[in-house]
Amino acid sequence: MTPKLRRVIGLSLVAITLAVLPFVVGAGLSNTWVRVIDFALLYVMLALGLNIVVGMAGLLDLGYIAFYAVGAYVYALLASPHFGLHWPVWVILPLGALLAGVAGVLLGAPTLKLRGDYLAIVTLGFGEIVRIFMNNLNAPVNITNGPQGIAGIDPLSIAGVSLGKSVEVWGLTIPSVHLFYYVFLVLTLLIIVVSMRLENSRIGRAWVAIREDEIAARACGINTRNMKLLAFAMGASFGGVAGGLFAGFQQFVSPESFGLLESVMVLCMVVLGGMGHIPGVVLGAVLLAVLPEALRHIAAPAQQAVFGKILIDPESLRMLLFGLALVLVMLYRPAGLWPSPTRKREFDKAAR
Amino acid sequence: MEIFLQQIINGLTLGSIYALVALGYTMVYGILGLINFAHGEVVMVGALVALSVIKALAASALPGPVVVLFGALVAVVVCMLLGGAIERVAYRPLRHAPRLAPLITAIGISILLQQLAMLFWGRNYHAFPPILPASPHSVFGASITDVQILVVVLAGLIMLGLTQLINRTRMGRAMRATAENPAIAQLMGVDINRVIALTFVMGSALAAVAGVMVSANYGIAHYHMGFMLGLKAFTAAVLGGIGNLPGAMLGGLLLGLIEALGAGYIGDLTGGFLGSHYQDVFAFAVLILVLVFRPSGLMGEKVSERA
Repeated sequence: MTPKLRRVIGLSLVAITLAVLPFVVGAGLSNTWVRVIDFALLYVMLALGLNIVVGMAGLLDLGYIAFYAVGAYVYALLASPHFGLHWPVWVILPLGALLAGVAGVLLGAPTLKLRGDYLAIVTLGFGEIVRIFMNNLNAPVNITNGPQGIAGIDPLSIAGVSLGKSVEVWGLTIPSVHLFYYVFLVLTLLIIVVSMRLENSRIGRAWVAIREDEIAARACGINTRNMKLLAFAMGASFGGVAGGLFAGFQQFVSPESFGLLESVMVLCMVVLGGMGHIPGVVLGAVLLAVLPEALRHIAAPAQQAVFGKILIDPESLRMLLFGLALVLVMLYRPAGLWPSPTRKREFDKAAR
Repeated sequence: MEIFLQQIINGLTLGSIYALVALGYTMVYGILGLINFAHGEVVMVGALVALSVIKALAASALPGPVVVLFGALVAVVVCMLLGGAIERVAYRPLRHAPRLAPLITAIGISILLQQLAMLFWGRNYHAFPPILPASPHSVFGASITDVQILVVVLAGLIMLGLTQLINRTRMGRAMRATAENPAIAQLMGVDINRVIALTFVMGSALAAVAGVMVSANYGIAHYHMGFMLGLKAFTAAVLGGIGNLPGAMLGGLLLGLIEALGAGYIGDLTGGFLGSHYQDVFAFAVLILVLVFRPSGLMGEKVSERA
């Protein structure tokens, strides 16, 4: 078998698996699990967006979820009874990506000179400011509807077909969650392709150069200011798209979904998976999105069986393991679970 | 005018507490160049431990102040152990790793501590037993409570003591030497591991005191209180110039005043458009402005960037 043929077979196997996944999962477990997979895809998009900022350009951003929030709120405001607007998806999603990108530049511009921990704290503060405003911009002019959030958002609809309810195709009923799965899958693949193309482009190499040594990068003729701003804008726009999809999927947004913990969660996906390495980041996102749900279904009955009552509720168990995982991975596998070969070499060298 | 005076009093109280917590951040940063993200959670643990001890002893015949003092002492000891343990587990093994690594373990530790505290103390807000008589004194129309006076005076004394410790004792000299250059300090016979551990332990003791103060002042303690407080104290440390002890004190007081006055006047300034629930925005706005225009802080020296 030639390597090319093997590659074709491998890719087609992956494609078939991805294509039938929701039906297998839906039949084998339940549609709740398809929903979990939908969310996992959203997290993959977010993680890949953050990967551009943190993994490639080396700018530690702890407020990334703010861009997700911008995308979600743009969708929520323009396609819900809140303002009585019902714009089409094709206008809203690019607009959300654009506005998130602008927000990224707004955050990036004043923080260009900062690096490392300082940048982390400022971005964290930015994320909190966005959340505080979402929480409080309901008076005197009601823009965001405050802590109650915005409900009754139009579900995503594509070519006049609403994804909010199941669709009959040739006698086969495709449930709503499955429809979302396919739309999310297509966009996720698109984002993966864009990320991979970026990685090997002039821009991607410039980002890596900045990450490795900013002064040397500048000496090599890279316009570090523009490149950093571009990293912020690109990463943010991915987040904006994911946010819009989230709003169209959940049909409800409130500031609660965009807390610091979510930022940390996305960062963990990138770090645990392997910073700057696309397959690693995808793995990290899927693991961290699916495992806690699995845990939720296993931990409670297990505790019931062993102790006769639920000692630790699944939500805090999830967070406990999450914190523990962060510490342990950093101590024992600082380059992540599936690091890129170059990155791994660097960490091994640093550890020595 | 009464409002102004009242906000100054509130701001000074809050600022003293920020200053105590900020000292913990700044001492660690001065020596390791690392932001101890979990520091806020140490404050929370201090407050809740003191609360539990005070509640347990409330039924005994001991006089009130003794109970409170004992509670605070237990909290300080517990937090010192905790601070030492955090350094040993999460930071020491990563001292030569890339800078992102200890930051992420710190976030992990922070989440762990919060969740453990929630399991132990529950999700509810706990009312802190009133320590001193709550009757406020009236000063030119503004009111000030005994707790507020105590907080400000005690914080002042502790900071004075700490300055003496750093500037006059052998241990303090070792700390300053390590901050200056760890490798050379080690060559001069300083046990830097011990110095670093001690820094964490001292910072945690201050955090415990601050925790008791903040919950005594607001009469409330809960598992989630450390996070925001920690962030703001960090802001205070940056405002004053991180790594600089007097800077942390000044930064803490200033931030407390900015927040109190800002929350008191924002409604009038914006014609009622923005209200006092934007209080938390001030700290971050200050942080961003300081970092953009004067990254070395008010009292910090200009340091070369460390990659």
